[in-house]
Amino acid sequence: MSIPHLEITGVNMDFPTPKGPYRALENVNLKINKGEFVSIIGHSGCGKSTVLNIVAGLYQATAGGVILNGQEVTVPGPERAMVFQNHSLLPWLSSYENVELAVKQIFKGKKSKAEIKEWIEHNLSLVHMEHAMHKRPDEISGGMKQRVGIARALAMEPEVLLLDEPFGALDALTRAHLQDSVMEIQADLGNTMMMVTHDVDEAVLLSDRIVMMTNGPAATVGEILDVNIERPRDRIEVSEQETYNHCRHEVLRFLYARHGAKEEDMPKEEKEEKATVVKLASSNIEGEAEPLKAGTHG
Amino acid sequence: MSTETVDNATKMFEFFARINAKQLVQSLVIPIVGVGIFLMLWGLLAPKVVTSLGAVPGPSQVYAQFQTLVEEHKEERVKETAFYERQEKRNAKKLAENPDAKTKIRPYTGNPTFFDQIGTSVFTVMAGFILASVIAIPIGIVAGLSKTVYAAINPLVQIFKPVSPLAWLPIVTMIVSATYVTNDPMFDKSFVNSAITVLLCCLWPTIISTAVGVTAVSKDLQNVSHVLRLNWWTHVTKIVLPSAIPMIFTGLRLSLGIAWMVLIAAEMLSQNPGLGKFVWDEFQNGSSNSLGRIMVAVVVIGLIGFLLDRTMLFLQSKVSWDKSVALR
Ligand SMILES: Nc1ncnc2c1ncn2[C@@H]1O[C@H](COP(=O)(O)OP(=O)(O)OP(=O)(O)O)[C@@H](O)[C@H]1O
Ligand SMILES: [Mg+2]
Repeated sequence: MSIPHLEITGVNMDFPTPKGPYRALENVNLKINKGEFVSIIGHSGCGKSTVLNIVAGLYQATAGGVILNGQEVTVPGPERAMVFQNHSLLPWLSSYENVELAVKQIFKGKKSKAEIKEWIEHNLSLVHMEHAMHKRPDEISGGMKQRVGIARALAMEPEVLLLDEPFGALDALTRAHLQDSVMEIQADLGNTMMMVTHDVDEAVLLSDRIVMMTNGPAATVGEILDVNIERPRDRIEVSEQETYNHCRHEVLRFLYARHGAKEEDMPKEEKEEKATVVKLASSNIEGEAEPLKAGTHG
Repeated sequence: MSTETVDNATKMFEFFARINAKQLVQSLVIPIVGVGIFLMLWGLLAPKVVTSLGAVPGPSQVYAQFQTLVEEHKEERVKETAFYERQEKRNAKKLAENPDAKTKIRPYTGNPTFFDQIGTSVFTVMAGFILASVIAIPIGIVAGLSKTVYAAINPLVQIFKPVSPLAWLPIVTMIVSATYVTNDPMFDKSFVNSAITVLLCCLWPTIISTAVGVTAVSKDLQNVSHVLRLNWWTHVTKIVLPSAIPMIFTGLRLSLGIAWMVLIAAEMLSQNPGLGKFVWDEFQNGSSNSLGRIMVAVVVIGLIGFLLDRTMLFLQSKVSWDKSVALR
């Protein structure tokens, strides 16, 4: 293992609410190595997006902090590029211009005009979008938008790529294609990746480690699972492997059986409430989860 | 071509012809019928209302008055050209006698015709409106971006917005006549008064709509801007302005609509040249033709207001990225 590259230490997160502060995260600790692919999985509303947003610098942790290459993260920046759940492309710009906005911002003065153009086209071709690069977001499909979002993030040459349920709103086939693209890209570029997902198969297929979070309030890291499957991974081959099924089983066990809640700490009526919530939430774990938004108390 | 394809082609043709016929009825025939019914009722009822200036004119009398106004305009133009020609001839003669002679051309000072008044009003409303927009849009953007600025200007905007600009008119007039003193004024005082009155009523809706549009920029796009560390200028031009454009235009259209109404009233009230003065003068004239001439003015005021709004919609469709804005 190489040097620790990204460290999340003792992170607490309180959100102000009308009923007083709501503690979403408590004492979250995580060390991520350079070039590692880490997935975060957990029930809806447990605080996965919050963790990602803190790493991105979009949220400020109430306590604790994030250190990247020995420097504390306080503000957002392009070295921690984010692929947003709903693509977040500027609707008035074409795919090319969306990527251009990012590239010009980061490489202005460092690359010539021709180099900038080439770099934009290169990144769009990484996600196989070169044929539709002059179309605007409302003229391309959901999967294509997500790909442009990934191209935009990649074009920033980020040290850490943050992906918040990047494929959540896509059909199974498109999702599989994009997962393959992401694996290819990571093999080529060796970025550090942090991905939030609801999909157990996706987590096992893509990750080096899977971080399983307990339920909120005061969610934290429950278990961490190493996925020791050799790369490059082929989804069909891998699905027949013992390790793959073992990992899958471990994650499902955590989510279904333990679901991270300290049941004995709970008052009785809350226990029952929790049980139904878990049932509802776990229906989202596999397959076509509806896109889940922040703000739902799970 | 086989008979079958020909058959299909005819069917297709009939199908489209039917659709077009339906659209034609919707978009042309029915409006014409509506206007026709209105004109008929007007023609029937107007003669029954007798005023001190005679019976209220029907559509045909009003149209006749319109033609008279066109004639008057043409005559006035002929007089004007003749006036300048005479001066030029005289000057040429003077120069022929003495090459060093000083010549000058005096401007023509005939009465403004109906069409001159239209020109004055349209020019005044555009001047006030454009000036107001140039002031209000930046204020709205800053207010939308900064909670502090918003809190500072919000009470002022809320209090001034409901004030009829006509209430400002005396104040504006006094201030303009006290401060706008030059020997060779570029604009007439009356023009400045009217334009400032228009400006005052255009400011508030534009400020409010722009600020609302800017505040409503989606959180996701703001996050993109943060991650990219866009500077203030790029953030405003690439993210804030494009998303606020529809709201800005809503404010602009609202402003222009109010401005046009207010301007006519202001011109009537303060006797500043323009369509409002035309209406007021005709009213004071009290000839048997006055009512008809005023009605011509009413219709023209309505048409111009409509055209101004269409122009804004056209501009919006040119400026906005969202070409699907319905022309409503
Ligand atoms: N800005 C906020 N203000 C108040 N509460 C918030 C805010 N953002 C998130 N929360 C709360 O914090 C908790 C964690 O939210 P978060 O969005 O991180 O969950 P998540 O795990 O990403 O859920 P999902 O899987 O549904 O996306 C939730 O209970 C949510 O209601
Ligand atoms: Mg989330």
